[in-house]
Amino acid sequence: MTKTEPISTERLTHLRQLEAESIHIMREVIAEFDNPVMMYSVGKDSAVMLHLALKAFAPAKLPFPLLHVDTTWKFKEMIAFRDKRAKEEGFELLVHTNPEGLAQNVGPFTHGSAVHTDIMKTQALKQALNKYEFDAVFGGARRDEEKSRAKERIYSFRDKNHRWDPKNQRPELWNVYNARVHKGESIRVFPISNWTELDVWQYIYLEDIPIVPLYFAAQRPVVEYEGTKIMVDDDRMPKALRDKAKLEMVRFRTLGCYPLTGAVESTATTLPEIIQEMLLTKTSEREGRVIDKDSSGSMEKKKIEGYF
Amino acid sequence: MSIKETKIATDIVSYLKEHENKQLLRFITCGSVDDGKSTLIGRLLYDSKMIFEDQLSAIKQDSKKMGTTDGEFDLALLVDGLQSEREQGITIDVAYRYFTTDKRKFIIADTPGHEQYTRNMATGASTADLAIILIDARHGVQTQTKRHSFIAKLLGIKHIVVAVNKMDLVDFSQEKYNEICKDYKSFAEEVGLTNDITLIPLSALNGDNVVNLSDQSPWYKGETLMHILETIKIDQDRDLAHFRMPVQYVNRPNLDFRGFCGTIASGIIEVGDAITVLPSGKSSTVKEIVTYDGNLDYAYVQQAITLTTNDEIDISRGDIIVKSDEQPDQASSLDVDIVWMSEEPLIKGKQYFIKRASTQTVGTIDHFYYKTDVNTLEESTTNVLELNEIGRAKLDLEQSIAFDAYEHNKAMGSFILIDRITNNTVGAGMIRNKSEDQSKKESEYSDFEIEMNALVRKHFPHWESKVIS
Repeated sequence: MTKTEPISTERLTHLRQLEAESIHIMREVIAEFDNPVMMYSVGKDSAVMLHLALKAFAPAKLPFPLLHVDTTWKFKEMIAFRDKRAKEEGFELLVHTNPEGLAQNVGPFTHGSAVHTDIMKTQALKQALNKYEFDAVFGGARRDEEKSRAKERIYSFRDKNHRWDPKNQRPELWNVYNARVHKGESIRVFPISNWTELDVWQYIYLEDIPIVPLYFAAQRPVVEYEGTKIMVDDDRMPKALRDKAKLEMVRFRTLGCYPLTGAVESTATTLPEIIQEMLLTKTSEREGRVIDKDSSGSMEKKKIEGYF
Repeated sequence: MSIKETKIATDIVSYLKEHENKQLLRFITCGSVDDGKSTLIGRLLYDSKMIFEDQLSAIKQDSKKMGTTDGEFDLALLVDGLQSEREQGITIDVAYRYFTTDKRKFIIADTPGHEQYTRNMATGASTADLAIILIDARHGVQTQTKRHSFIAKLLGIKHIVVAVNKMDLVDFSQEKYNEICKDYKSFAEEVGLTNDITLIPLSALNGDNVVNLSDQSPWYKGETLMHILETIKIDQDRDLAHFRMPVQYVNRPNLDFRGFCGTIASGIIEVGDAITVLPSGKSSTVKEIVTYDGNLDYAYVQQAITLTTNDEIDISRGDIIVKSDEQPDQASSLDVDIVWMSEEPLIKGKQYFIKRASTQTVGTIDHFYYKTDVNTLEESTTNVLELNEIGRAKLDLEQSIAFDAYEHNKAMGSFILIDRITNNTVGAGMIRNKSEDQSKKESEYSDFEIEMNALVRKHFPHWESKVIS
């Protein structure tokens, strides 16, 4: 017997049960959709998603591509990690950047977080989905992340314009998923909906899943910016800000565009230490993301507009 | 610092080891708008320290803005989700919440008690091991209490906890509590609720008997709500005796490997076991149980696995793999209970897509035996089912399927109905038994046609010929 760890007799632990349920969802989607894709944000949730997908289809390689929407403002380490993983696991990697945004040099320092996120993330994602005509898009969102996500379905239906209607969601019972869509419509699928942040970390630890080193504490050059501590990752940060940067022992609880991702002071350099820190600190995971700060319900508005 | 926090701070590795071995319990909370359901969930999350400071300060601000608790901080706001419904002051859909203790991980399906939302409760109940039914101690057993209990029974929830809430508003009166217990028990007997039922007096607002036993109710000799959630036995709810695996996907990375992927709906399978594939009836034996982490000698209920067989037999998505020595019944006409979830009523003779596990077919309602009024639980004759109505009907399927009764096997006995034009999920069904009258399906097709169809599908899969039987 390999790893199945029955508790008493033939009983899965909560992590193994979550794992099996996620694999079940992925297999359903691959069996029923013509052109699926998995969003790959390079973060820890994406790492878990990739790992689950490898499990779902072993011994085969992934039967679908991974899509990374690259705003060009991601941490350099994320891009290096992404390319390394694609090589190791041999999956097909699609990278999309909004060409108009790129031409106009849209970025968080010059255009602010709202415009940047809209053009380089939300619009870019829509462009990519239209270009490849995917009918099912795997995402790594979890219901525990944010209040508006608590009512999200596993199969989240989107109309032709990729919009989500919170008042008109399909009922979802048992583990029987309705995969029928008309041409041009699509679904977003969230196989790790029922995982919490703790589950994700415990699973990464248990399964020894590779993650971007930015999650671990190290000496990094950081500077105060709009109330959070951000890292100097390249020369596009205004010089006046860069000049104020100091080396500090920090890590990141979430990963995104470096100017929009707050670092936290930390000494956690191992997975158990990260989990320990998470269990003992009193702020929720999204605190570090500038995008949520506007007003409660802001994520709901963004989702209706097509944000993941 | 609590004992738990000290353990986390001083010995995280052994803490993690312990927490790898937790069980998962899913439960549903049912109550009407004013029963304090959101407050109870908020209390469970708060007391199990699942609330972070930033969330707490957002709630404190919101509590002032909404003015629901006179400036006091409102636990209910923790769980009342979407902006649109927060403005209306009611929850309108199923929301899922998560918390964990040292013993278990919990998933709460939070469903509204509002009358027109039967479908939401059915949705939440479909995956629940346990239901918490809230009763306002001031009002006792109400119409909605009965409705919630009926739906819990219909969806096969095995354990019911009746939380008699707001005991603080009746001065923790033992007499009042006993009266409610008596009422509920006699109701339960009347409708044949054979479930495991536990009653608890509590105050979600103040936390009495939620996590800690209250000194306000010294007469109560039972356990706290949290203790019950952490210890209630759910192992025996699973069926280890009857192996069923609906095939989801055929994994064929190369010419040498053909694996059949699926989640085990019930039972145990071992390498070497004789298996039969339904509905074709073809047999083989299990060659390997393949997983990413290496092959297994055996696998059991809830595991997602890939099987290979010793003989090359035709197996496709929608087939059910069972052990040859213990096979389920097959039928094309089934007696089913249906919860209708669409504004457009369910009518006789109209074709719907039927999805049961990975099997998809087409079905029509031949006739309704009765519908049940969820408020009075009275049965009456009908020709249609309207939104949020529940009825028993004879369902005729285009093809014969292998099935188990829902009460014995949820995965093998549950299905959804999908509208063929809008593609919406319009209803949910539970298979109760094979219809006495199977005549309707006494084949429209001759044996020759069925063989010919099988031959075409085998050799010309790209024609995408439909399955006839």
